[in-house]
Amino acid sequence: MTMRVDNHPVLGKQTDRKQVTIYFNGKPYEAYEGDTVASAMLAQGIYALRQHEVSGKERGIYCNIGHCYECRVKLEKRKVVRACITPIYNGMEIGSLTGFDERGE
Amino acid sequence: MKLWNLLIIGAGPAGLNAAIAAAEEGLKVKVIDEFTKVGGRLLGQLHQESKDNWWNGIEVANRLHEQAVHLGVKIECGVSVYDLEQAEFGWKAYTSQGMEKTDKLLLATGATEVPTPIPGWTIPGVMSIGAAQVMGNVHRVKPGNTCVIIGANVLSIAIANELKLCGVNVKEIIIPQANANLSDNGTPEKVMESFMRLTHMAPTILLRQAGKFATFIHPSFAVKFYPKNGIKLFDIPIKIKTAATEILGESKVTGVKTVNVRPNGEIIPNTEKITKADFVCIAGGLAPLSELAALSGCVFKYVRELGGHVPIHSERMETNVENLFVAGNITGVENAKIAMAQGTVAGLTIASEINGNKLQMESLIEKAVAAVRKERDEALIQFQPNIAEARDLIYQEFELEDRNMERPKRSIS
Ligand SMILES: Cc1cc2nc3c(=O)[nH]c(=O)nc-3n(C[C@H](O)[C@H](O)[C@H](O)COP(=O)(O)OP(=O)(O)OC[C@H]3O[C@@H](n4cnc5c(N)ncnc54)[C@H](O)[C@@H]3O)c2cc1C
Ligand code: FES
Repeated sequence: MTMRVDNHPVLGKQTDRKQVTIYFNGKPYEAYEGDTVASAMLAQGIYALRQHEVSGKERGIYCNIGHCYECRVKLEKRKVVRACITPIYNGMEIGSLTGFDERGE
Repeated sequence: MKLWNLLIIGAGPAGLNAAIAAAEEGLKVKVIDEFTKVGGRLLGQLHQESKDNWWNGIEVANRLHEQAVHLGVKIECGVSVYDLEQAEFGWKAYTSQGMEKTDKLLLATGATEVPTPIPGWTIPGVMSIGAAQVMGNVHRVKPGNTCVIIGANVLSIAIANELKLCGVNVKEIIIPQANANLSDNGTPEKVMESFMRLTHMAPTILLRQAGKFATFIHPSFAVKFYPKNGIKLFDIPIKIKTAATEILGESKVTGVKTVNVRPNGEIIPNTEKITKADFVCIAGGLAPLSELAALSGCVFKYVRELGGHVPIHSERMETNVENLFVAGNITGVENAKIAMAQGTVAGLTIASEINGNKLQMESLIEKAVAAVRKERDEALIQFQPNIAEARDLIYQEFELEDRNMERPKRSIS
C-alpha cells in the first residue's frame, strides 16, 4: 500500500492500525480501521467512485469533508452515503451509483 | 427527550472551545458534527510557526476534545444537521439521527472552499486543496505522487508544503485562466495585489518579500518583474503568470494544459504546455458556511474581507435571532486560534444568559473579547486584509439592527 503515509516527518509514525476488508463493487480491498470509504479507496489507487447519472462519466471525491456530495456511493445496497464522511468497517459493502443508461432507465 | 442548555453544531475549534467555556459554567452541552472525527478543519492543519514550533492541529483538537469530555460535554460525530426550528423553549435541530431540543443554539459550522470550475475539473483525481490536506494529514493517504495546484493563495501555498511533507512532488502552483466569474484569481496582477496586501506577518519568504514591495511599489509593477518561471517557496515554484486552461484525463487525471499570461490575464499566444500529474488540486479560497444560519432567519451581509455572506452578529457572538449564536469561521474566514477565542466568548455569553448572571460574568466576557482581538492582531495566517475593520462594521450593523427591533426578535411559529 504505497499511498499510505505511514512515516511523516512531523506527524510521526503510524503503526498498529487494525486491518479490515471492505468490498467495492463486489471486489475485496484491504483498509485500515479509522479510514473513510474515500480514504480507503484512494489508498488503493481507486479514484472513480461513481458514474454521473446523465453523462455516465466517472466521478471521484472533490471536497473530502462532506460539503459537495460528489462522492455519493451505495452502502449495503440500500443507502446512499457520502464516501468522504462515512467510516469503514469490516465486511462493508459499497457500490458505485451508475449512469441511467446502465440502469436501463 | 433531554433538553440541552446549549446545542452546538460543529466540533471545530470554535464549537469545542464554546462547549468548554459553557460547561465550565455548569451548562448541559451537546456538540454535533457530521465528520468522522472531532476537531473540524483543525485536524488538517500543520504549520511551522517558528524554528522548532509547529501548529499541529491534530494535537490541539485532541486536547480540546479531552477537555470537553472531561467537563461532561456530550459530543456526537457522524451526525448531520439539516434543519432548524424555533420553539417556545429555544430551538429544535433536525439531524440525520433524529431531533434535538435546546435552550440556546450555537452555529459553529466553519468555512467551505469556493469551487473554481475549469474544463476537466470533474475528472477523478481533481480535488479541492483542502481535500488533499485532509487525505494526507488526517487520513495519512497520498492522493498521488505528483501534483499541480491551480490557485495561488495563502492556503494553497501552506498546503503545498504539507503535501510535500507527505512525500508528494508538487510540480507547480499556477493560476486558473481568467474568465468572467473568477477574474481576480485568474489575473496575475490581482493575485500579486492580494499577496502584497496580506503579508505583513505572513510566515513565508515570498509573502514577506511581497509585503516589503508593497510599501513602495504598485502591484502592476511588481508583477511585471515577477519571473515567468515563478518564485520558489519550500522548493515549489509559484507561477502567477502561468494559467491552467484545461485539466486532462478520462477516467483519471493525467495532467494540466497551461499557457503563459500577461499581467491582466490575457493569454500569450503559442505558449501552450502540458504538465503531467497524478492529481490536481483546485484552490479557490474559503467562504463562511452559513446555510443553517440562513434557515434560521438571520440577517446577512456580504463582506469581502470576511470571505462572503456572514450573519450579522455582535462581538459577543449574538445574532439578531433570539437564542441563536454564531462563532468561528461562519462569522468570517480567519485562522483556528481566532475561532477558538471566539468560541470562548460565545460559551461565556450563553452561560451568562442561562445562569442569569450577566453582571458577574461581565469582566470575564470582556477579557474573552479582548483575547479575540489580540489573536487577530497577532495572526500569522490572514486570509484577507482589513479584517478587523470589516468586523467592526458588522458589530455596528448589529447594534443598528438591534435598535430597530423593538418588536420581539423573531416571532415564534
Ligand atoms: C478545507 C479547509 C482547509 C483549511 N485549512 C486551514 C489551514 O491550513 N490553516 C488555517 O489557519 N485555517 C485553515 N482553514 C480555516 C479554518 O476554517 C479555521 O482555521 C478553523 O478551523 C475554523 O474553525 P471553526 O470551528 O469555525 O470551523 P471548522 O473547523 O470548519 O469546524 C466546523 C465543523 O462543523 C461541522 N459541520 C458543518 N456543517 C454541519 C452540519 N450541517 N451538521 C453537522 N456538522 C456540521 C463540520 O463537519 C466541521 O467539523 C481551513 C478551512 C477549510 C474549509
Ligand atoms: S467529496 Fe465532497 S461530499 Fe464527499
